[in-house]
Amino acid sequence: MTDQVMAQASGPSLQQRRQRAAFWFLAPMLVALFFVAAWPLLRTIWFSMTDATLSNLYDAEWIGFGNYLQVRELSSGRTVYRGTLVDPDWWNAVWNTVRFSFASVFFETIFGLIVALVMNAEFKGRSIVRAAILIPWAIPTIVSAKMWGWMLNDQFGIINDILLNLGLIDQKIAWTASPETAMTAVLIVDVWKTTPFMALLILAGLQMVPRDIYEAARIDGINPVKVFFKVTLPLIKPALMVAVIFRLLDALRIFDLVYVLTPNSSATKTMSVISRENMIDFDKFAYGAAQSTLLFAIIAVFVSLYIWIGRVDLSGGRD
Amino acid sequence: MTTKLFKTGLSALAMSTILGGSAWADEVSYVIGAVGNAVQVLEEMVKPWEEQTGHTVKIVTMPASTSDQFAQYRLWLAAGTTDIDLYQTDVIWAPQLADHFVDLTEAAKDVLPQHFPSIIESQTVDGKLVAMPLYTDAPALYYRKDLLEKYGKEVPTTWEELAATAQEIQDGERAAGANDLWGYVWQGNAYEGLTCDALEWVKSFGGGQIVEADGTISINNENAAKAIDTAASWVGSISPPGVLSYQEEESRGVWQTGNAVFMRNWPYAYALSSGDDSAVKGKFDVAPLPSGGEGSAATLGGWNVAVSKYSDNQDAAISLALFLSSAEGQKFRALESGHLPSISALYEDAEIAEKVPLIPRWKEVFESAVPRPSAPTKGKYNEVSAKFWSAVHETLSGNGTAAENLELLELDLEDVKGSAW
Repeated sequence: MTDQVMAQASGPSLQQRRQRAAFWFLAPMLVALFFVAAWPLLRTIWFSMTDATLSNLYDAEWIGFGNYLQVRELSSGRTVYRGTLVDPDWWNAVWNTVRFSFASVFFETIFGLIVALVMNAEFKGRSIVRAAILIPWAIPTIVSAKMWGWMLNDQFGIINDILLNLGLIDQKIAWTASPETAMTAVLIVDVWKTTPFMALLILAGLQMVPRDIYEAARIDGINPVKVFFKVTLPLIKPALMVAVIFRLLDALRIFDLVYVLTPNSSATKTMSVISRENMIDFDKFAYGAAQSTLLFAIIAVFVSLYIWIGRVDLSGGRD
Repeated sequence: MTTKLFKTGLSALAMSTILGGSAWADEVSYVIGAVGNAVQVLEEMVKPWEEQTGHTVKIVTMPASTSDQFAQYRLWLAAGTTDIDLYQTDVIWAPQLADHFVDLTEAAKDVLPQHFPSIIESQTVDGKLVAMPLYTDAPALYYRKDLLEKYGKEVPTTWEELAATAQEIQDGERAAGANDLWGYVWQGNAYEGLTCDALEWVKSFGGGQIVEADGTISINNENAAKAIDTAASWVGSISPPGVLSYQEEESRGVWQTGNAVFMRNWPYAYALSSGDDSAVKGKFDVAPLPSGGEGSAATLGGWNVAVSKYSDNQDAAISLALFLSSAEGQKFRALESGHLPSISALYEDAEIAEKVPLIPRWKEVFESAVPRPSAPTKGKYNEVSAKFWSAVHETLSGNGTAAENLELLELDLEDVKGSAW
């Protein structure tokens, strides 16, 4: 407050001039972001309020919130509700996505942390292990989904063969076909693929932890488990939080893996999959756009919630 | 031999069509789904056309799933892409994509009477010929001659007999050590193929055709429910639980490695199963699909070639379309891939009868084939089909009985229909 008054009295302060310069440096980036992120987003929201179809994109008419929710009076006098918000397929997809996101992020964080701790330790051949662990992340998702699709195939798949020979199952499991195992199959592949990403981000956090803290702990003779929970975990928490938010964003809009591994299975259909299906397969472009908009809103809610909860924890830690 | 035959046909074609007019060489792009050996056969087929006209053909391959192909084509066409000149289209796509294709009526008027009128009709939308037929399709029941003989069984003519025979042979062979053998494989994945399979069950039980020709939604009836419940009882008994994720190629995989007694598949699998790398070579034959009490039903399939109206090389593309759909082209395809011609004269052809005995026998099967309701449901066909296959897939997976799911399906279809299709 006092700063402001002083600044007004004596012309632009250094701080203000620096801010202005920063703005001009940022401007090209803001313009680029507007065209690649904001414009498509606004356009999608606009489409969601029209009756556009794929073959009639530009002459679409404005219909307001009809794609989200509309009330219709039938000739029999019965009132029915239509639109995405009362579409059971949509809510099934939301539930699938949320279920998938939480389960996958949970397992990836645990495994990623373990892998990062291993990679952080000094041992012979560490660089080779680090490179090898990154391979699943480097393979394009489509390729790994197809590859796992064959490995999980009920008749020729290697997974069933191994499990049968080990005597863990007595009958071949149709991993991707059966509604009970389809989600598990998607989770297995996603965890396999994305754990290296988590591990890498956590490893970066681990390497920031000063070595002398560990030394001090060792001299004091503290149990390694206690060191992990009292020293390592609090110190890598910021890195961990960022890693989790990246993954959560990614997981909430999962598309490719589900689309290739278990196409059309209602047990795994996610929000992105169902919105694509409406836009392209069913030629209900506007309806799909409404679902995309809701997808955006849901992700926004999750991320704000996460940041809000995370900040509370962080400030608590700092005090 | 076939190439020579091909060239004769080609020169005749060249004289009679606009083809003589193209003075310079173009590259035309042809997009096709990679099922079985379709791409290799096409590469062979276009060679004489390339030599004759000096044009070249670029073959763009797509995934085997027809639903995936359709989605991609719709995107390309909506964007008006000039990259693709010719699209190989499924028999059910004509009403949905008609606006994007060139009218072939004029270019093809001399050859049209050779084709079966029903097929030409299926590709005509509001008087516009959207695509030229390449081949037609009607599925068959593939069976293992050797196993049926071993157990002294007849070829089943009803679904009940099929289930009993399959169960007996499966039990017998498994007791003898063939642990991977299954009775019956088909297409149970949630995709367009399941609509075909399920339409056959429903129709053969007298349960109608989902949506009738006049647009009434007929699927919610006892016979249809009985048909789908019967199929659900196969999953896990005579069919592997994984059949719920099988498309054509997965079921062919199980069959061709010798691990199935019966298979429902299209005629393309005939040539491949007779190949040298096939474990069932010489051990199998085909029959019409069994009946559920109201006669055997086969879903009408088939592929056509359409010329994009956004193409820069329309003349060359039209000439290729006519060439591929000509009698010579269809004969080559019949001999190489076992595809059923859409030209009726070829069913009396001696060479085809000798090399692919399936084809002359199939004429009557396909003449009584059931069309999917793509004509009455028009632009909403995909959604109708998706709702139908989802309801069937739910039932097959054990989520609710057929009667329950069909009741919901009827409600959903009423919604999709709205005031009119």
